[in-house]
Amino acid sequence: MTTLSPADQSDREDQKRSGEDVLTALATSFGATVISDFHERTLIVDRGEAFALLRSLWDSSATRFEQLIDLCGVDYANDSGALRGHPERFAVVYHLLSVSRNDRLRVVAYLPEDNPRIKSVVGIWACANWYEREAFDLFGILFDGHPDLRRLLTDYGFIGHPMRKDFPLSGHVEMRFDEKKGRVVYEPVSIDPRVTVPRVIRQESTE
Amino acid sequence: MSEIRNYTMNFGPQHPAAHGVLRLVMEMDGEVVERIDPHIGLLHRGTEKLAESKPYNHSIGYMDRLDYVSMMCNEHAYVLAIEKLLGVVPPIRAQYIRVMFSEITRIRNHLLWIAAHGLDIGAMAVFLYAFREREDLCDVYEATSGARLHAAYFRPGGVYRDLPDRMPQYEVSRVHSEDEVRQKNINREGSVLDFIESFVERFPGCVDEYENLLTDNRIWKQRTVDIGIVTPERAMQLGFTGPMLRGSGVEWDLRRKQPYEIYPELEFDIPVGVTGDCYDRYLVRVEEMRQSNHVVRQCIDWLRQNPGPVMTDDHKLAPPERSDMKEDMESLIHHFKLFTEGYSTPPGQVYQAVEAPKGEFGIYLVSDGANKPFRLKIRAPGFAHLASLDEMARGHMLADVVAIIGTQDIVFGEVDR
Repeated sequence: MTTLSPADQSDREDQKRSGEDVLTALATSFGATVISDFHERTLIVDRGEAFALLRSLWDSSATRFEQLIDLCGVDYANDSGALRGHPERFAVVYHLLSVSRNDRLRVVAYLPEDNPRIKSVVGIWACANWYEREAFDLFGILFDGHPDLRRLLTDYGFIGHPMRKDFPLSGHVEMRFDEKKGRVVYEPVSIDPRVTVPRVIRQESTE
Repeated sequence: MSEIRNYTMNFGPQHPAAHGVLRLVMEMDGEVVERIDPHIGLLHRGTEKLAESKPYNHSIGYMDRLDYVSMMCNEHAYVLAIEKLLGVVPPIRAQYIRVMFSEITRIRNHLLWIAAHGLDIGAMAVFLYAFREREDLCDVYEATSGARLHAAYFRPGGVYRDLPDRMPQYEVSRVHSEDEVRQKNINREGSVLDFIESFVERFPGCVDEYENLLTDNRIWKQRTVDIGIVTPERAMQLGFTGPMLRGSGVEWDLRRKQPYEIYPELEFDIPVGVTGDCYDRYLVRVEEMRQSNHVVRQCIDWLRQNPGPVMTDDHKLAPPERSDMKEDMESLIHHFKLFTEGYSTPPGQVYQAVEAPKGEFGIYLVSDGANKPFRLKIRAPGFAHLASLDEMARGHMLADVVAIIGTQDIVFGEVDR
């Protein structure tokens, strides 16, 4: 049976270097920008080009990202300004892993608030199925071409997208068993939201 | 003759073989599975949302409750992610302690896995054997961190405290006579490290016992060999990591390939499977227990010879000594600020993965420079594994579904988050 691990160190270094050039070339051809921070590379790509870029990253023999490790949504609404390098509210973040090249990459595509919609990558990586369902469930991001875009983590009949910043921490409804009706009923939530430790941004941490 | 129709069957969420709260809607053709639709989220607690409303350190306890059978490995990923963001390197002794506990946790996880997996497919005795050893490791957790399960022991900048010099002992009571207690306390006379060492000496023999029960057992083989085969290509498509990926013959272990902490210093082997069936994954995990045991032994030797600090002395991140606070104004202020406000991280985003017992456990942290995370995404290995249940179980018998759930080592704390 095949063992698809990086075989020998020098070979790997070579591959990595060529992969670096190919990555920059690939990014330029799809209009993406490469950022390197905390020893991690991030590609920021236009949402229209995201699918084609990801397919090339998977397909190209110099990049070979065989695994989609993670896919998640981010809601940048009312962020404190330090992150606001882009005008859009939502982002989809892909974390890729190349087992054969021992390399990681992050790809970010920003989506507008009024129409958070991007092409599904289920056709490239099969595991994207549940990750996209989760991002749809928690953020309301729509994935075009997804075979079965249902809610995944929230309750049956849940309303709203809980990970959005405008969704309160304590939620909108609570449930209890009603003796008289003999079934579970939903009522408006009775807890008052409170903040135990306020959010603080110190000047020295942002410098 | 009457017409035979396919029917839909519900499995769980309250079923002993569902490993918690898994609900499966299965389309069956006789006893053969045609399609499975897992319904998850029954244990969804919104950990990611909660973490956004709390200072960084408050969420360490939530990490324990994700994969609640490999607690410290989850903390490890979270703590490493924060350290990466802050650019802090913990003292070397703390790194050894963390790695030792990560490996102890791996053994604990695999013990529970072998127990539950065995029980699911009809091997009752293994459960009793595995829990005998797991109990000792619970005691190690308790002696060190104060909690048997949810430790909250790892902190950004090190660990909460050094290993204690004394191992708690059993006491004589109405139900335990003096002789009995003396027998039980034989390996508890010394420090915690001595107790762990006595466990490490004994444990390979225990693994032999489990293997005696299972490895050549005809019934065990009938239930696991050639069940749920995944090819290496397919395993990567499905996002498999950890023993699930290695069982399919891909040699991939983050401890080796993308090492963190002091793993490069340690010696251990990575077992890989051949056919990628349930039996291979069983063999891989059993061998991992032996290898982890070996790593723990190396850590014990190092820890014995090298005393030192186990927490960074940066009091923006770690609380100062209690005695300093009584006399030193600055220490008092540090203490006050740390416990009322926490610490702020530089803005940016990091992804940190560790090789948890179940696979790659990753933390994706987005910070805007505040004392709370802006976004925390938890990459749980079990999530990707469970997503592939449909594909793995198709064409198998109903009873094999239970074997496949067992081999995936599903824990709902991390799948639902």
